[in-house]
Amino acid sequence: MNRLRSLDPTVVVYLALVAALAIGALLVSTVGRNFFSAGNVRDILTGMSVLGLVAIGQTLVVLCSSLDLSVPVVISLSSLLAATTMAGDPARIVPAVLLTLAVAAAIGMFNGLVVTKLRVNGFIATLGTGLIVKGYLDTQYKGTAGTVPWEFQLLGATGLGPVPVSTILMLALATLVWFVLARTRVGHQMFAVGGDPVVARLSGLHVARPVIVAHVVCSLTAAGAGLLLASRLGVGSPTVGSQGGYDLLSIAAVVLGGTLLLGGRGSVWGTIGGVAIFAVLDNVMSVMQVNPFLKDIVRGVVIVAAVAVYTRRTLHAHRPRFGVGGPTDDGPVLGPADGAPATGQLPPAEEVAR
Amino acid sequence: MRRSAREVALDLVSPQRAVFLLLVVLLVAIVVVNPSFAEPGQLMRFLQRVAPVAIVAMGQFFVIVSGEFDLSMGSLVTAQVVGAGVLVGQDGSRTVPVLALMLAFGTLVGLVNGLATTFLRVPSFIVTLGMMLALLGAVMFWTGGAATGNPADEFRQIGRGGWREVPVLDFVPYAVVILVVLLVLALWYTHRPAGKLHVAVGDNVATAHHAGVRVWWVKTRAFVISSLSATVAGVLLVGYAGVHPSVGRGYEFTAITAVVLGGVVLGGGRGWIVGALAGAVVLEALFVLLNYAGVPSTVRSSVQGVIIIAAVAYSALDFRRRRSGPATTSPAGGDAAPAPGRGGDTSTTSPAHSGA
Repeated sequence: MNRLRSLDPTVVVYLALVAALAIGALLVSTVGRNFFSAGNVRDILTGMSVLGLVAIGQTLVVLCSSLDLSVPVVISLSSLLAATTMAGDPARIVPAVLLTLAVAAAIGMFNGLVVTKLRVNGFIATLGTGLIVKGYLDTQYKGTAGTVPWEFQLLGATGLGPVPVSTILMLALATLVWFVLARTRVGHQMFAVGGDPVVARLSGLHVARPVIVAHVVCSLTAAGAGLLLASRLGVGSPTVGSQGGYDLLSIAAVVLGGTLLLGGRGSVWGTIGGVAIFAVLDNVMSVMQVNPFLKDIVRGVVIVAAVAVYTRRTLHAHRPRFGVGGPTDDGPVLGPADGAPATGQLPPAEEVAR
Repeated sequence: MRRSAREVALDLVSPQRAVFLLLVVLLVAIVVVNPSFAEPGQLMRFLQRVAPVAIVAMGQFFVIVSGEFDLSMGSLVTAQVVGAGVLVGQDGSRTVPVLALMLAFGTLVGLVNGLATTFLRVPSFIVTLGMMLALLGAVMFWTGGAATGNPADEFRQIGRGGWREVPVLDFVPYAVVILVVLLVLALWYTHRPAGKLHVAVGDNVATAHHAGVRVWWVKTRAFVISSLSATVAGVLLVGYAGVHPSVGRGYEFTAITAVVLGGVVLGGGRGWIVGALAGAVVLEALFVLLNYAGVPSTVRSSVQGVIIIAAVAYSALDFRRRRSGPATTSPAGGDAAPAPGRGGDTSTTSPAHSGA
């Protein structure tokens, strides 16, 4: 246990992923299937791409100690906007993608401004934005709409060997976000503001800026997920986002990946690990032909159990807040992220008593 | 308590009490659009429809004020409704045993939520999210995805029936009586030391712990209350809405929205249960108003979204003003805590709460 405590949280997530892979391979082999066949690996990686995209953006928002519950409607809206603008014409792919991203960025900007300037809690602000956009979707679209040209459908269908292009794009984006968090000013500001807005403010930061950036990026990645889903389905759908439950699942993946729900600590690679655990779990249950309703039970239990194992450990190991790998460990780490009572990741009784 | 009329009026328009102002405006607007709404019978039927949401919101209030979330309420409502449909069946004599079973199940769910949050140290957002998935999956698995069953009329009467031909009030639904009884109970509880501990724990866990509070038990109690309130709402909904696997969908978000509209701070430590109740009534009144005003059903969620953001933004004005002075509603006081930003509000409600 002590050795485990000293490990980086992200490493623990990947250890859990390896364990999930091992157990999955064992279970799948009992029904006479090969877990590591090219087809199955492709299935898992494909399963990761959409949730992965959403969760990357959600990681930034959670890091800033906000939440984004509007991702499902942004996904649906993006798939519809893209499909109806393209209308089957390959020449209109680029304008359609640009339009979709612009609209998503505007929604993210609205979220960020409501959270920072109007001081509405992120939970409520994005819930409200979600309702507003949902009203538009319900009024404007009665069902699936538009058509996606074949060229754009290739995005969701092709792959390099067993690795789908969509997953490569997702991982490239994760790398970019990792770089932003680890090496750029706005990335460091996100950790600072998420850790403690008061201290960040007193240190001379514009606390609104990183939060707005995080919300914009989150909406953009959700739009990316919507584009990807449109390319897979061939049409835009007003329910594709809400059916997937991407709001809560992405938050679960972020927390599973070791990011504190209170903000200020976390990493994008942990999130990808969390997404991968979900994908492996889903894949194993699909291959084993588990009843779809039982899947939900297993998923619910695994989320809680995994986070339980995880938090038991990290509450003791105070990891430097800045830097993903902790390159700038300066001074003692204050406990604001642990001490602020928001959603339960508090130092509980025994911890406080020390 | 003696205050001038002007002070009372000012208090009503103060951001902290925005929800009551909004409620009055909405009710007046409804009566203007549809004067028959003001008749006692109509009002009672409106309150009957509000009752499940209001009860769920009051339950969620305790969880939120203790600094946690309960996302499992919607699934629990569904589970209880479907469970009642299957277990009661056509046999009216089973009403009482099934009610007892439902309450026991609700208590169990609350205990699991609370203990997992406090002893496993998993954020309640995640615990109750897991519970939400698991409960819904379990219900669907149990019923094979298509919940059927039309419970006996005795059971449905709890949510649907009432005393008719009552003088002045015309019709008194059982649901409204249950709501009033629960409200009185909740008010009594929040004024007891045990009830005040929820606010203390939500405001500052460390202070509460040092003062000798058993934090785990206070939080677990909040989750049990919340699950029991979802159970009662389920019982009412069986009568009112019938048995369907989607009956509780979205209740957790509705409840949280109602609570926040009522001026309760997400993150805990601040809030008044009557505000949460008013928040629930506002949400329903808004729905009724949009209905009477002939707004297309598809646009309603947009209007609801705008009003929720506007109302919460308006009540946030209050925080900005109060930040300069001492926190008025915080009994524990955050100053002794190791957490900068006085625990309760600044660091949790929004990351940008520091400017002035």
